[in-house]
Amino acid sequence: MSDSSFGANELDRFRATFFEECAELIADMESRLSCMLTETADSEELNAIFRAVHSIKAGAGAFGLKRLVTFSHTFEALLDWLRDGRIAQDERVATILVKAGDILAALVEAAQQGKEIAADFETEIANELHGLLEEASGGTSTHRAKAEPKSTSESVTPAKATVDYRISFSPHAELFRHANEPLLLIKELERFGTLHTFCDTSKLPSLAAMEPEDAYFSWTFELSTNRSKADIAEVFEFVDQDCILDISESAEEEAFGLFDDDEPKALNEPAPDSSPAVAPTIEHKPAAEPAQKAQSGAKSNANATIRVDLARIDRLVNMVGELVITQAMLAQQIIDQGKDQGQQAIQGHEDLAVLTRELQECVMAIRMQPVKSVFQRMPRLVREVAGKLNKQVNLVTHGEQTEVDKTVIEELADPLTHMIRNSIDHGIETPDVRIAAGKPAEGKIVLSAAHVGSNILIHISDDGAGINRERLLKKAIEKGIVTPNANLSDEEIDELIFAPGFSTAAAVTDVSGRGVGMDVVRRNIVGLGGRIQVQSTFGKGTRFTLIIPLTLAVLDGMIVASGSEKYILPLTSIIESFRPDKSQVREITGGGQVASIRGEYVRLVYLCKIFDVPGAVLEPWKGLVVLVETASGNKLGIVVDELIGQQQVVIKSLLDNFTPVPGISGATILGNGRVALILDIEQLAGMTERRRHATIDGRLSGSKPALLDDQASQPHSDVDDGALPRLAVGSR
Amino acid sequence: MRSAQDMMSGSQGNAQGHEHSTKTVQFISFRVGEQEFAIDIMAVREIKGWTDTTTLPNQEEYLLGVLNLRGTIVPIYDLRCRFGLGLTVATRSHVVIIVSVLDRTIGLLVDAVSDILTVNSNEIRPVPEMEKSVSNEFLSGLITIGETMVVLLSLETLFAQRPSEDASAVAA
Amino acid sequence: MAKRVLTVDDSKTMRDMVSFTLKGAGFEVVEAEDGVKALSVLERTNVDLVITDINMPNMDGVTLVKQLRAKPSHKSTPILILTTEGGEDKKAAGRAAGATGWIVKPFAPDKLLQVVTKVCP
Repeated sequence: MSDSSFGANELDRFRATFFEECAELIADMESRLSCMLTETADSEELNAIFRAVHSIKAGAGAFGLKRLVTFSHTFEALLDWLRDGRIAQDERVATILVKAGDILAALVEAAQQGKEIAADFETEIANELHGLLEEASGGTSTHRAKAEPKSTSESVTPAKATVDYRISFSPHAELFRHANEPLLLIKELERFGTLHTFCDTSKLPSLAAMEPEDAYFSWTFELSTNRSKADIAEVFEFVDQDCILDISESAEEEAFGLFDDDEPKALNEPAPDSSPAVAPTIEHKPAAEPAQKAQSGAKSNANATIRVDLARIDRLVNMVGELVITQAMLAQQIIDQGKDQGQQAIQGHEDLAVLTRELQECVMAIRMQPVKSVFQRMPRLVREVAGKLNKQVNLVTHGEQTEVDKTVIEELADPLTHMIRNSIDHGIETPDVRIAAGKPAEGKIVLSAAHVGSNILIHISDDGAGINRERLLKKAIEKGIVTPNANLSDEEIDELIFAPGFSTAAAVTDVSGRGVGMDVVRRNIVGLGGRIQVQSTFGKGTRFTLIIPLTLAVLDGMIVASGSEKYILPLTSIIESFRPDKSQVREITGGGQVASIRGEYVRLVYLCKIFDVPGAVLEPWKGLVVLVETASGNKLGIVVDELIGQQQVVIKSLLDNFTPVPGISGATILGNGRVALILDIEQLAGMTERRRHATIDGRLSGSKPALLDDQASQPHSDVDDGALPRLAVGSR
Repeated sequence: MRSAQDMMSGSQGNAQGHEHSTKTVQFISFRVGEQEFAIDIMAVREIKGWTDTTTLPNQEEYLLGVLNLRGTIVPIYDLRCRFGLGLTVATRSHVVIIVSVLDRTIGLLVDAVSDILTVNSNEIRPVPEMEKSVSNEFLSGLITIGETMVVLLSLETLFAQRPSEDASAVAA
Repeated sequence: MAKRVLTVDDSKTMRDMVSFTLKGAGFEVVEAEDGVKALSVLERTNVDLVITDINMPNMDGVTLVKQLRAKPSHKSTPILILTTEGGEDKKAAGRAAGATGWIVKPFAPDKLLQVVTKVCP
């Protein structure tokens, strides 16, 4: 009904906006509700929670999401009573509220995805909410919102014969204070039919006594119309408390004439004047805004705007200003170089370099957000999962304010969700088991974040059962992941949980699921350029450590050379580099080489062969082997000519203008302005050597039809760099 | 961006166009080997001298690699090679035309840029049906300028099918 | 000249819907996220009508109405309260503050227009 005349496109657009908003509101609500478990919320907190639920209800109403409206309505009623003190905050109430928040989030999610949910999904908690409201209202009736009957009388107003009405309209003095204009009312009445107007000016005082903003006139109208009394009353709806209004006729309808007929008349908000909670004070708190905005990290908003602390932008702008000035100075100095022989220019260059670095940091800061947006989703997860498994779990989080690049935050949610599920499912024991082991019935999971250098360090530790190495190893052998006679260290056994498809739970549960295991988590983390480690003590607990670069925009890389080309290897995946002795390198039957290092054989991959680069070193003992580790923990020796050096590089996408290139994850621009490719270790590990003729000096390609031009074998003649603009057309 | 085909249909034209169907359209013409080609001027972003590219591994031969255009990574194609006429031996006198095609920015290596052509759309002749020659689906029309025949290229067609990655050779 | 309406709501969904409806009927629409922002918009812009939500952070709708009525420049600007509460106490609060009328959301677009044209013909 309410959306009857919006087009489908608009409605879809509004819906999308609504659910985006819901994601923000729910995140905000959840974090505030969680706080209520430990401390009493002040009126500001309660108002914020109320507003969130209220906004969800309003939007849900607009889209006809009845179930969501009904539930949020009850929820909202309770919050309202809570904030005006009719219900006292205690642990029980807080627990119910947190549950209600979870249910609301689930209902929103279901509505967004059009998912079916059990008809009694919210019944239990709704009953609890109603229960609280009933208790507070003395147990006499259900709460007001529910008790309010639906007024439907005006919804049926068939057209009928003309009726004569006599309307007496005597405004109170303050009519004009609401910017109401009797003339508009009269004009509207005129449209209804035949109108006769009689104005009573008797109350008009003398000019000296007259208050210019008071109303003094009153009117009597005689109206012949086929409209209902309710319609007439509606004309006066905005003024009916500022006047004495009498509409008399034998019309039988109850005349309220409000246009909110089909809306439950919920009196669930107190008048602000009577409630300290909505005291009409101006509270402008700009500082609170960024924190709130930061919580919008839901996946669906991946492309949404990013809201930034103003101070950061100011700093950025100032830095750019400095940069421009320095650059101008530099230009001038180069012009003057005739006199000073470039000494100043060199100094200018150094200043420029410093400024540019700072500028880069500022720009990065714009994208940084606290991990809070991800962390605050976890309490709900813990409650859900623990509830399902009949376990008691207390989640403690530290370092929510630790900042990391927005893109990283978005990619963190899945792995963290998975790992916390795992910790509850496989780590924390059931209460009876825990008690038997002399532990408290309630398990504890600690989720913490901190900065270490240019990385963020995230710990997820539990005080659960720890890794049962014996069982793990047995299973790994069963699955053929390790050979029965393998001699593995404790650390190596623990690492097995990251092996693909490995599930250690004695029973596969519907919580952690089947098949999707820690291998996926590791892949995700490696995808972020990070690493994951596990430490465990049997019977005491397990701790996972994630080390992830703060940003995906820059990368600490090692520049390596292979023939004429230079590539970037991500520093995080490099274990070491070494020049093997000739005797360390062995041929494997069926092709391929391995190098032995400390008793371990590592497959050698020649960059020059995979990428068909001419002129590269083909004997590892003359070049270098860079030992790298893939996401799945496999080691690989990449054969290169030499290491050029370590450098932080800005990652550029190839995909804007090109298709993915196997073995290459992106590109960057080196100091000399040339493009260098960033290697994708995962893909390299899976690639085979491409061509046999890599040794031929030239860029012969076997994949093309015969060349018609005999010059073709040397396409890149030695040409000096330096653009030679001949003709500039279009935008530069 | 408008394609030469669009213009041939006479549906759009340049600002200086006459009324009726004879709209003027502008092209940049350039030389590859002995042949003059032209592309829609609206697609052209800039023209620069050849600089060495960074090779992308395992790509079609006519993809010469990528270069840095003020922070954007731009793939450079050798048009001569794209037409099956062999690789260009690029020197500093060769020219790269940076164009926008299908939302991508790419560079075309050509021998030299010749001229800016302003022609009436009704002067554009269709490409006759050919037996089999240089992949003529890229050719969208012919213009005669003086004694010279200029071939209009449809960049969309030329780059519609992104270069294959030769996946067989790099089986993952 | 097109009438200009300021819609004040912390929900973008609601602002979008009001804005879409009114623009379709030839109104010019400016938006603000809360009462404080609304006041700052009104510093710079003249409007013929204000439609405001009640529940908003920073400054709620009732306070906004009071603040506007306290300014000579907005003594007679029509103000509609747009809110889910159809309850008399809420309306009374709005009325006491000086609002011209109210609209209950969710609203049907034609209903919104009807009310808007009533106070802003």
